[in-house]
Amino acid sequence: MNRRVLGLPLTWGKLLVHLGLAAIVIVWTVPTLGLFVSSLRDKDQLITSGWWTALTASEQTAAGRLLGRDAEATDDGRFVLRGDLLEAENRRIVAFGLDQTDLRAHAPGDAVELGGLTFTLFEDGTYEATSPTPIAEDYRERVFYVEAIPPTFTLANYREVLRSEGIDRAFINTFTVTIPATVIPILIAAFAAYAFAWMKFPGRQLFFAIVVGLLVVPLQMSLIPLLRMYNDIGAAFGVPSKTYLGIWLAHTAFGLPLAVYLLRNYIGGLPRDIIESAQLDGASHFDVFTRLVLPLSVPALASFAIFQFLWVWNDLLVALVFLGKGEDQIVLTSKLREMLGSRGDNWEILTSSAFVSILVPLMVFFALQRYFVRGLLAGSVKGG
Amino acid sequence: MIEQVLSALLAVVAAIGASVTYFYGSNWLLDRLVTDRRTADGTYVSRQKTRDAVRPWLFLAPALLVLGVYLVYPVVETLRLSFFGKSGDGFVGLANWTWAVGNDGVRTAVRNNVVWLLVVPSLSTVFGLLVATLADRVAWGNVAKSLVFMPMAISFVGASVIWKFVYDYRGAGSEQIGILNALVVALGGEPQAWITVEPWNNFLLMVILVWIQTGFAMVILSAALRGVPEETIEAARIDGASDVAVFFRIIIPQIFSTILVVWTTITIVVLKIFDIVAAMTNGQWGTEVLANAMYNWMFRGGGHFGRGSVIALMIMIAVIPIMAYNIRRFREEEARR
Repeated sequence: MNRRVLGLPLTWGKLLVHLGLAAIVIVWTVPTLGLFVSSLRDKDQLITSGWWTALTASEQTAAGRLLGRDAEATDDGRFVLRGDLLEAENRRIVAFGLDQTDLRAHAPGDAVELGGLTFTLFEDGTYEATSPTPIAEDYRERVFYVEAIPPTFTLANYREVLRSEGIDRAFINTFTVTIPATVIPILIAAFAAYAFAWMKFPGRQLFFAIVVGLLVVPLQMSLIPLLRMYNDIGAAFGVPSKTYLGIWLAHTAFGLPLAVYLLRNYIGGLPRDIIESAQLDGASHFDVFTRLVLPLSVPALASFAIFQFLWVWNDLLVALVFLGKGEDQIVLTSKLREMLGSRGDNWEILTSSAFVSILVPLMVFFALQRYFVRGLLAGSVKGG
Repeated sequence: MIEQVLSALLAVVAAIGASVTYFYGSNWLLDRLVTDRRTADGTYVSRQKTRDAVRPWLFLAPALLVLGVYLVYPVVETLRLSFFGKSGDGFVGLANWTWAVGNDGVRTAVRNNVVWLLVVPSLSTVFGLLVATLADRVAWGNVAKSLVFMPMAISFVGASVIWKFVYDYRGAGSEQIGILNALVVALGGEPQAWITVEPWNNFLLMVILVWIQTGFAMVILSAALRGVPEETIEAARIDGASDVAVFFRIIIPQIFSTILVVWTTITIVVLKIFDIVAAMTNGQWGTEVLANAMYNWMFRGGGHFGRGSVIALMIMIAVIPIMAYNIRRFREEEARR
């Protein structure tokens, strides 16, 4: 590894490599980090200060009223009102003023004249207003202040989207779509891939060429005819046209060309001897496939499974067209897009909902990254 | 809630059970129905041949059926519908096509799609190659790769939320919560409502896809880089080639076919790009793309099957060269096997 980098002396070159890579990594990570930090912040703070300030205290302006005359007490011959403007313990007063236009007129601890009283506001939010004579009128004076709020993180946003925004239902709906739409195409593709790789039948080449050709058919092409077909079937049998079965089959079909392509590459690469010797022992193709090829193909199956899982989980278009938007069918991506339209300013809801929706794919991704990469490579680098 | 979890589970089990049952059942039936037997005169008749002729089709039937119904038939049907009117009846000839050629919205979409096609695959490939090259030279390369690859797992809609937050705009004077505007303000500039600023908003949407696709390009190119034989590089170095020369004259040509694969794959993604535009702008402020225009004409206010079909076909036509290239590559590969 002691190469010179781009013709520069080793040390400078190395430094440049480190810095350049770090810059890219930062740009690639910061947006997601921002979303995550924001989703954990208090919703009032989230919309008043940038998420990068989340670890420093934020300032917020507020107003409060003094207690009325009936709270008056005597102390050392003076007449006193005492109270607390800040209810939260961890906040503190930064400055205060008697007039909304000048919130920072006085520092905590200053004694000022307020409606005939001598008023002092302390840093912890308690105040004292004294008068040499009994307080004559019930002013209940207003005081304006700037308070510092220490960094707080909360799961409240998550609780809210899960309870009242219907994200929990959408989450389950997404699973209901995703799991069969991952398993069914794998099963179908594995059988087809085996047939293409090891069985002799007329038209083998042609059919496989068609499957590969279908890899690049944009799925937009399919939507109109399929929706019409679903509507016709729905009308003919008196069943709803937007069903889970419908979307499973659609995702199966859209994922199938890639699955057949990847799996055939893998299954076709298994050693010929073991398959032929099993057949000599009297095993049928079905036995060879289920007992021998399937267990041997686990890595390839796993990589495609991750691929398809992410694809289906993250899909928006197919779900928009083939599933309803009612509570019992709407998926996370669709729900999220709806929220972007209707709740575009409620960042506390958007950030936490988005994070719920990317949580599962991120977990799958980080846990199974190795297999995922292997799957990508199986389809792309071969012959490259 | 529990009821829904249960019915979801039941649906999952039933769906998977049905597929398993088909494959086991049909093969079992074949073995039962087409058995070897002895004829009356005692000769043994093996029907192995019949079974061998039927079995491939049992294996293939579900795949071919699903592909036929969901991909082949729709291509034909879309072509037919493109010559028909609003609700798919009434032959209108080339009316939808002439409409598409003359329509401003469609023109904007075509123009934007072309820019997307130029920008996104090239930037993703360049960044992917850059990260792959740099990451191989530092100890923390694998961590860096994982982090750059991560956006691949995030849905386009999720990514849209993430970036909408980056681009968020507050009026001048108030504190910016979007990091882009915060940076602009910190550098002394005026905050902007980025996603409404034509034509730059298009590029801001493209940034999202580049952000997602770079990880993909990186993984593939990184594998290809490892495949470049060390000897050729050493030989060039001994001949006095600089690093830049080695990179552009030795490494790039050797991984060129992989670069093409990456480029092709991202191009296909770009052609079908829908989610990002739908979630970020829905085609407003001059950001329309073909796939979103198609969706709008089909399912939203437009509700015109013929016009939607024409736009879908325009995407298809754009993909045909890529499809031809892919099939040719497959043939070459087959020949090598």
